[in-house]
Amino acid sequence: MAEQVAFKRTSVLTDDYFHYCPGCTHGVAHRLVAEVIEEMGIQDRTIGVSPVGCSVLAYNYLDVDFVEAAHGRAPAVATGIRRTLPEDRYVFTYQGDGDLASIGMAEIIHAANRGEKITVIFINNAIYGMTGGQMAPTTLPGMRTTTSPNGRDTGLCGHPIRMCELLDTLVEPKFIARGSLSSPKLILKAKKLLRQAFDLQHSGFTFVELLSTCPTGWGLTPDNSLAWLERNMVPFFPMEVFREPGKMPPQATPYHPDLKVRDDAPKAEKKTEEG
Amino acid sequence: MAQRRMLMKGTEAIAEAAIRAGCHHFFGYPITPQNEIPEYMSRRLPQVGGVYLQAESEVAAINMLCGAGAAGVRVMTSSSSPGVALMSEGASYMVGGELPAVIVNIMRGGPGLGDIQPSQGDYDQMTRGFGHGDKHFIVLAPSTVQEAVDMMALAFDLADEYRNPCVVLGDGLIGQMMEPVTFPEPSERTFDRSWAATGKKPGQRRNILRSLFLDPEVLEKHVEKLFEKFKVMELKEQRYEAWMMDDAPPVVISAYGTTARIAKSAIRELRAEGHRVGLFRPISAWPFPVDGLATYVEQTRLFLGIEMSMGQMVEDVRRVVAGRRPVQFWGRTGGMVPTVEEIVAQVKERSAALGQ
Repeated sequence: MAEQVAFKRTSVLTDDYFHYCPGCTHGVAHRLVAEVIEEMGIQDRTIGVSPVGCSVLAYNYLDVDFVEAAHGRAPAVATGIRRTLPEDRYVFTYQGDGDLASIGMAEIIHAANRGEKITVIFINNAIYGMTGGQMAPTTLPGMRTTTSPNGRDTGLCGHPIRMCELLDTLVEPKFIARGSLSSPKLILKAKKLLRQAFDLQHSGFTFVELLSTCPTGWGLTPDNSLAWLERNMVPFFPMEVFREPGKMPPQATPYHPDLKVRDDAPKAEKKTEEG
Repeated sequence: MAQRRMLMKGTEAIAEAAIRAGCHHFFGYPITPQNEIPEYMSRRLPQVGGVYLQAESEVAAINMLCGAGAAGVRVMTSSSSPGVALMSEGASYMVGGELPAVIVNIMRGGPGLGDIQPSQGDYDQMTRGFGHGDKHFIVLAPSTVQEAVDMMALAFDLADEYRNPCVVLGDGLIGQMMEPVTFPEPSERTFDRSWAATGKKPGQRRNILRSLFLDPEVLEKHVEKLFEKFKVMELKEQRYEAWMMDDAPPVVISAYGTTARIAKSAIRELRAEGHRVGLFRPISAWPFPVDGLATYVEQTRLFLGIEMSMGQMVEDVRRVVAGRRPVQFWGRTGGMVPTVEEIVAQVKERSAALGQ
C-alpha cells in the first residue's frame, strides 16, 4: 500500500531548534506563519521584520530574508521596505506586546493609519517575556508580574490596551482580527486569520493579534497556562474579526475638492538662470 | 550638456543634489530650519518616480531609512539638532547592520529646544555621541551651497562604498542662504547590492540584516570587522582645506562650515593690514583631518579655534597639536553668528599677546 503523507514539516522553517521555553506558543505562531508562506508560494518574495523581545531571533527559524528592527520600530522598518521594493513582495512584522503596544505604539498606529501594505503579527501574552516577566501594556488588572508584585493596579497604571479595538477606529486597515493559540481548534482558526491577512496584504494594512502563553513569565505550567489564557485573557481580549472585506471601516472624512488647492501654493520651481 | 548655474537656497540645492545622486527615497519629519528639504522632496520625488513619506517622528523616519537601506536603495533623511538626536538609536542600528543611508543635519541652537538660529553645537553629537556602542559615521561639513551640492553625491557614494550611514553636517546659514550652484554630472559608480533583503533568491543564501550578536565573541569579531572599515575611512577619507597657509603664517584659525567662510573674510582684512593668518578648514569632521593638520603644527605659533559653539571641534585640534603649541578658542553660541570684526579683533588681541 502506498504511504500517504498525513503531516509534513514546512520547508519555510529552518532546521534550527526553537530557543523558546517549554509551553511557549511562539513556536506555534512561527510554524503557522511558515505554513502560510509555503502554501502561498511566496518564500522568495517575503521579507520579515523581527522585533526586540523573545522573538528577536525569529530570523533563525523562518527561512526568508529578514531585517531586524529596534524595539517597537518594526512597522517603520517595514514601511521603508514596503515603499522601496516591487509590489509583488510580501512584508510582515512579528512583534510582541511590549514591543508593539508600549514602546512601538506610535509606529503601529501610524503604519496602520497610512495603510501600509504589510501584515503585522502581534503576539499578545500580557507580559514582557525576554526581560524576565515585567508588566506589559496588555497585563491584565490584578495580574502579578515582577514589576507589579501586588498585581496590576489600574489606579496606578491604567487598564490593558486592546490593540485590535484601537486600530479598528482607523479608516485604512483592511484586516484586523484577534485569535488565540490556546487549543488545536483555535490554532487552526489562527492560521486562517494569518492566511487572510497575507492574502489581503497587497490591498492595505493587515493585522492579526494572537493571544499567547508565557508559562515562564506567568509562573504556570504549560497546561495551566493554556487554561489561564482562556479563562482570563479571552474575556478581556475577545476573539473577533474586527475588519475584513465587507465589514465597513468608520466613515472616512469627506474629501473636499477645495482642499486640494492653496492660494499660496508654492510656484513650481523658483530657479533663476545666471549665466 | 552645458552645465547650468542656478540660484538656489541651500536646503533646496541639497535636496536636488540628492535626487541627482540617485536618491529617490526620502523619509523625514518637519523641523526648522530645514523644512525646505522635505518640502522640495515632496514636490520633486513623485516627478522622478520616487517616494516621499512624512514619518510620524524622527524615530520612525530613521527606522524607515533602516528598512529602505536594507532593501538596497539610496535613501536619505534630513533634520535639525534635536530631531537628529532622536535618530541616534536607529543610526547605531544601521552601523551595526551595515546599512547605507545619508543623514543631513542642518544644525540649530541648543541645548534642548534652544532656538532655530544657525549653530555648530552638534559637532560632538555627530562625531562622538551619535548613537550607542562602538561606531563611527563619516561626517562631511560643507562651507558653501556649492560644496553642499557636491557633497551629496559623495555622501551617497561613501555610504554605499562602506555600507555605513554618512552624515552631511550643515548649519542653518548653509541651509537658508541662496547661492549660484552647478550640479555635477551623476556619478558612474555602481555598488554591489547582493546583500540586500529583497526576497530570498531560489538556491541562494538568504540575507539577514541585523545588529544582534548574542555571543560576545561573535559580536567582538563583528565590531572588529566594522573597525577595519573605519580604519580605511581614516586613511582614505580625511578631507580639509588649507587656505592662506603657503607663507607659514604664525597664527592659524581652525574653523569649519559657515564659520570658516566668515574667518576667510576676517583673514583677508587681517592680511591687508599685514597680519599673517591662515585657515585650516576640516571638510570631513570625521575622520578628522589629523594628517593634514599635523603638517602645520611645527610652523605655527598659535592655533585659534572659532566655532558657533562653546568649543567642540577645537578639542580635535588640541588632540592633534598635543600640547606642542597653544590652542585657544573663541566662539559664539545660542544662534549668534560671529562677525568679521569680532574675529579680526580676537586675532589681533591674541597676536599681540604672542608678541607679533
